[in-house]
Amino acid sequence: MSGRYRILLPILSLAVLLAAVFYLQPRAMSYFGLNLLFNLAVPIALATIAQMMIIMVNDIDLSIGTFVSFVACVTATFLNETPLLGAGILLLSIMVYAAMGALIHIRQLPAIVVTLGMSFVWAGLAVLLLPSPGGASPGWIRTLMTVKPPFVPMAVVACILIAAVTHLLIMRSATGTLLRAVGGNTQAVLRAGWSVTKLKAGAYALAGLFGVLAGMCLVGLTTSADANIALRYTLLSIAGVILGGGEFVGGRISPVGAVIGALTLSLAGSFLSFMRLSPDWQIGAQGAILILVLAVRLVFARNGNRWKEAKNG
Amino acid sequence: MAEQKTSMLLHLHRRPWFWAFAASALAFAATYALTAGSGSGELLAATLTFATFSAIVGIGQMFVITMGPGNVDLSIPATMTLAGTLSLKFMDGATTLILPGLGLALLVGLAAGLFNYALIRLLRIPPIIATLSASFLYQSLAIWWNRGLRIKPPEALSDFTTGSVLGLPNLTIIGILIAVASWVLLERSLFGRWISAVGQNTRAARLSGVPVETVKALTFTGSAVLASLTGYLLASFSGGAALNMGTEYLLISIAVVVIGGSSIAGGNSNVPGIWGGALLMFLVVSMLNSYGLGAGVRLILTGTIIIAIVAAASGRKDCA
Repeated sequence: MSGRYRILLPILSLAVLLAAVFYLQPRAMSYFGLNLLFNLAVPIALATIAQMMIIMVNDIDLSIGTFVSFVACVTATFLNETPLLGAGILLLSIMVYAAMGALIHIRQLPAIVVTLGMSFVWAGLAVLLLPSPGGASPGWIRTLMTVKPPFVPMAVVACILIAAVTHLLIMRSATGTLLRAVGGNTQAVLRAGWSVTKLKAGAYALAGLFGVLAGMCLVGLTTSADANIALRYTLLSIAGVILGGGEFVGGRISPVGAVIGALTLSLAGSFLSFMRLSPDWQIGAQGAILILVLAVRLVFARNGNRWKEAKNG
Repeated sequence: MAEQKTSMLLHLHRRPWFWAFAASALAFAATYALTAGSGSGELLAATLTFATFSAIVGIGQMFVITMGPGNVDLSIPATMTLAGTLSLKFMDGATTLILPGLGLALLVGLAAGLFNYALIRLLRIPPIIATLSASFLYQSLAIWWNRGLRIKPPEALSDFTTGSVLGLPNLTIIGILIAVASWVLLERSLFGRWISAVGQNTRAARLSGVPVETVKALTFTGSAVLASLTGYLLASFSGGAALNMGTEYLLISIAVVVIGGSSIAGGNSNVPGIWGGALLMFLVVSMLNSYGLGAGVRLILTGTIIIAIVAAASGRKDCA
């Protein structure tokens, strides 16, 4: 699959879904409607980027959902009441992520299990912080999340911004290339004299950073937090990366695709409620959409190969 | 003879499953010491029963993981829930329908496993994503079928699942039988060799004539069938199916495989370790419970202990 083609399908699936939503609910085709549709997609997009950082180095993070929940709890309590202490805790948690990456590489541990273990730890910390739903969003985050820029709603601006920044960081910068190379060929990076431990720690730290941003955004939107607020993000983020054209191994990822994948998934939820589908089937239909997109991707890939073969004679 | 025995004892700690059992014994002793021996019989019975559920799904997961990197069954919780809700609704408390109910549950597992494999094969997607997407469908199906009703299992079945023979819970006997059968399958049968061969080097296995796709299909189906059996037993044991009854088993099924000393990279698994890991997982939780710790601290310690065990277990390989 070529890089150019990789981004085509996510865009296409988002466009088709968006067209279907507009067809079902023409009133969604407005400033307010778009904002409503994509509002909750912002934290999901950030969490998907976090997951992408881990998938980039051939690992998988099963703790991102509980981590975002933990961050949300910190944001709604410490960051609101004693901002300095709150920021310190969040910084520390990013460092824990980096340490996790280093540990996984040095001891050659399975990332699935370590992140699974960490998901217990984050969940425990979140329960300690907020045993029952509560807390409040710091004013500045709330303001930031509800700001109304002219012409284009905040949610869309935020998503474009996230996609642009991560694209520059991962696809265009030297560091990004090196990080992707860790997923592509760890041995080669090692032989070229780089410290894979440091690079992996860096990738995990980036994941932690975007996880923190996801949690803060989420609190800005919901204005309060609870310990289970973002549990479903773990699965959503993995699905988002794959929908966006990423692959599990080889450092083949696309930040723009990941953001679009996250948008597609959250739009799928709105689409299903516009369809007046019984809530019983909401989760199932999301699974079905995922399967459908992957099936289309297969057809695309096959045609692409055939075309390439024909060209090469 | 005696010499052989001592050398066996000396080498016991080299077995991959040794540490899981040693840690379980330690956790049991710690709990035992705290409660000053009172209620240790109940603790043992509860441990054995709950470990059975983890062990059965863990064995299914182990076979899947043995096939190499990327092979994980994430649909276990949804399959458990679907089998539990469907079979309990079907039996509707009627004793005569116990066996047909079990048949239905296993059939659900069979269908789920074949569907999982069909997705992997036809869409050529990684098993993680295939089983994840499929699990959304199963979960929805269970919600739609169940609508939050709580139907009691037939009394005879519920008596059986909570009963015991000579102090050994009935469920544990089933769990041990399954473990023994799986051990024979993995270590002594051609099929077991095939699974390990696929996990060690899929290409080499294919070139040497191993029917790789058949092995994959059977393994994913087996995992789903074991999950559905667990769902049936768990729903009967706890007096009814619940939509979230499988949730915690996703983590547990993977954790017991790794704690038990099987390689997460595949190709090298062992069955006794699954039981060791299953016992340990429950004992850790109950030990932390008996120390009167809150839910938060308990979760943190559980996570830390899992990571510590995995870190220690992987270090062992370097020494050997």
